Amino acid sequence: MNNLLEIKNVVKTYGDFTALNDVSLTIPKGSVFGLLGPNGAGKTSLIRIINQIILPDSGTILLDGKPLVPNDVEHIGYLPEERGLYKSMKVGEQALYLAQLKGLSKSEAKKRLKYWFDKFDIGAWWDKKIEELSKGMAQKVQFIVTVLHRPKLLIFDEPFSGFDPINAQLIAKEILQLRDEGATIIFSTHRMESVEEMCDYIALINKSNKIIDGKLDDIKRQYRSNTFQIGLKTTNTSEIEALLKDKFDVSSTNFRMLNEGLTLNVKIPNEDSPNELLSLLTNYGDVQHFLEIVPNANEIFIQAVNKNS
Amino acid sequence: MGKLKLIIKREFLAKVKNKSFIVMTFLSPLLMVGIGFLVFFLSKKNDEKVKHIVYVDEFKLFAKEDFKDTKTVLYSDYTDLGIEETKNKVEEGDYYGVLYIPKNDSLESLAESIEFYSKESPSMSVIGNLENRVELKLRNLKLDDFGIDIEKIKASKISTDIKMYNFSGEESSKLINGLKIGVGAISGYMLMMFVMIYGTSVMRSVIEEKTSRIIEIIVSSVKPFQLMMGKIIGNASAGLLQFFIWGIILFILSIVSSSVFGVGMTEIQTAKLSPEQVEAMKQASDSGVMEKLMQEFFRLPLVTIFMLFVFYFLGGFFLYSSLFAAVGAAVDNETDTQQFMLPIMLPLILGVYIGFATVINDPHGPISTIFSMIPFTSPIVMLMRVPFGVPWYEIAISMALLLVTFVFMVWFAAKIYRVGILMYGKKPTYKDLWKWIKYKG
Repeated sequence: MNNLLEIKNVVKTYGDFTALNDVSLTIPKGSVFGLLGPNGAGKTSLIRIINQIILPDSGTILLDGKPLVPNDVEHIGYLPEERGLYKSMKVGEQALYLAQLKGLSKSEAKKRLKYWFDKFDIGAWWDKKIEELSKGMAQKVQFIVTVLHRPKLLIFDEPFSGFDPINAQLIAKEILQLRDEGATIIFSTHRMESVEEMCDYIALINKSNKIIDGKLDDIKRQYRSNTFQIGLKTTNTSEIEALLKDKFDVSSTNFRMLNEGLTLNVKIPNEDSPNELLSLLTNYGDVQHFLEIVPNANEIFIQAVNKNS
Repeated sequence: MGKLKLIIKREFLAKVKNKSFIVMTFLSPLLMVGIGFLVFFLSKKNDEKVKHIVYVDEFKLFAKEDFKDTKTVLYSDYTDLGIEETKNKVEEGDYYGVLYIPKNDSLESLAESIEFYSKESPSMSVIGNLENRVELKLRNLKLDDFGIDIEKIKASKISTDIKMYNFSGEESSKLINGLKIGVGAISGYMLMMFVMIYGTSVMRSVIEEKTSRIIEIIVSSVKPFQLMMGKIIGNASAGLLQFFIWGIILFILSIVSSSVFGVGMTEIQTAKLSPEQVEAMKQASDSGVMEKLMQEFFRLPLVTIFMLFVFYFLGGFFLYSSLFAAVGAAVDNETDTQQFMLPIMLPLILGVYIGFATVINDPHGPISTIFSMIPFTSPIVMLMRVPFGVPWYEIAISMALLLVTFVFMVWFAAKIYRVGILMYGKKPTYKDLWKWIKYKG
């Protein structure tokens, strides 16, 4: 079984409003799966269904090949976007309580909490009330509580909101390490640069429908246009540009080249190899820069959403 | 079930560790007793001030023995001064007022023309007292006119006390009925207070989880229904503990105060009663009625009453607090709760009104019977009826109805709860709530 989670034909409606329309996804074991989509697309509904907070109208969800059962909450860790803790409860007590609700014994929870509190160097907070902590500090506690019971499946909804860049980096590192230790991670966000950095797979949901899913690299390949950014050291710029224009689609580009010369974006026909362009260019001067323009997640996201609507 | 226990424990501790809870637990009985003492001493002080009343009797009907001085009222005969002069004197001096009995042709017209002058409007008890004295004198004079011997009238006075039995041979009396009313009223009233205090505390606790946004984390670990039940049970346990501590503190305080100050709690209570009632109570205790009352109390079917008390207390509390939980889930903050609170409070208040208005007069009348069946009022009304002996089948029907409604309402409330806790922003209408109930899952 290579897929930890299989979502099959899930439909969810609230009255007249359809939140999820026949959505199917497979989430491979040990991957970071980015669940992307504009606000109100249905991501939170899908995540709540996986957490069994709400039930789908139809469709099935398999965890490790078996339909979800109530006790599966012990195998899932969920950090919701709307998060908070009991304000007047002490950090330690609260973490113990939440860990026990996830099925850990009190002694085991204590042991693991000590490990994480030491790791994040926040042991001194144990007897503080949440209302005495800053927002970022509370977020750290929340992260620990989410991963403490070592779930097979971790769901993070906008995990970096509220963190400063340094702590966001720390959390990102922890998430990747959890994946390396075998956890599967669903990662829902608007922050596309973190998608590039972290996700192995992505799915894009727009207006209750899934519009793309798959390996991030595959999707990028699908969305690439065989366009190359070139930099050529030459004194003969206009002549060479006219020559290239005859053969290819060219457009102006913008990057800094140290030597005088020609900078261009060149789109070559899909079946052509970039080597042909490269060898052609070597005839005219020194090739200083040769880079395929790969669409980033953000561009794919915007393109796909626009195409869909 | 382990999770339910965890939730109950957390809710209980969160409530009990709260500073205001601790303060209220120990302060309220002190305040209650303190206010009792204050009222007692103030009213005693008030009575201690001697009122000086003078009378001008132009008819020359009354003698000094008709206006005997009491501890708090002194009477003086100023007839010789004449009414105008007396009025002036009273206005300037330290007097309470003047009773003016003018000359008249007959006792009947005299009765209509007696006047009282005072600087401030006189207290009702003073006027009542004067009226009694005048009436007594005039009645005696009339009896004399008719040639009736007053001594014989006095000798003919007789009091009856009809002894009441039911067919199973239980004796009852007005006194015992009073006792039953007391037991019923206290239980009913306690339930109402309990629902109001701790039901709203369930509601607040739900709202707190919503506003602190922890709710989604909790419901990803437990079912909303478990969370709701955990809250209700946790809050109820904290409430019972508080009631229990109040009971103990009040008990200790009453013992301490009666031994230290020589003032019994009963005396504090009687401070609010009129002198006649105090007199009656004194007589009652003299003739061993208090002892009889205690005996009668222990002769009531206490075990049955207690069991039913527990059943209706918990049933009523669960029924109402599940509704409070639903209201808490539906709104974002406490100010938005108003529109949903009224329909919950209404039956509760109705229950108490029905209880005090009809059960006391006629515990087995149609209105009492019907409202002791309707689940929303039954906990209060039935608790008040129980000491009077309710047929077992009525209790059975009432309990069954309460149970069925309880299960239904908890299901209903849980529906609203599970949708409501994840809803933010818009203040829901009743129409929205209806939609939520129809949502699947």
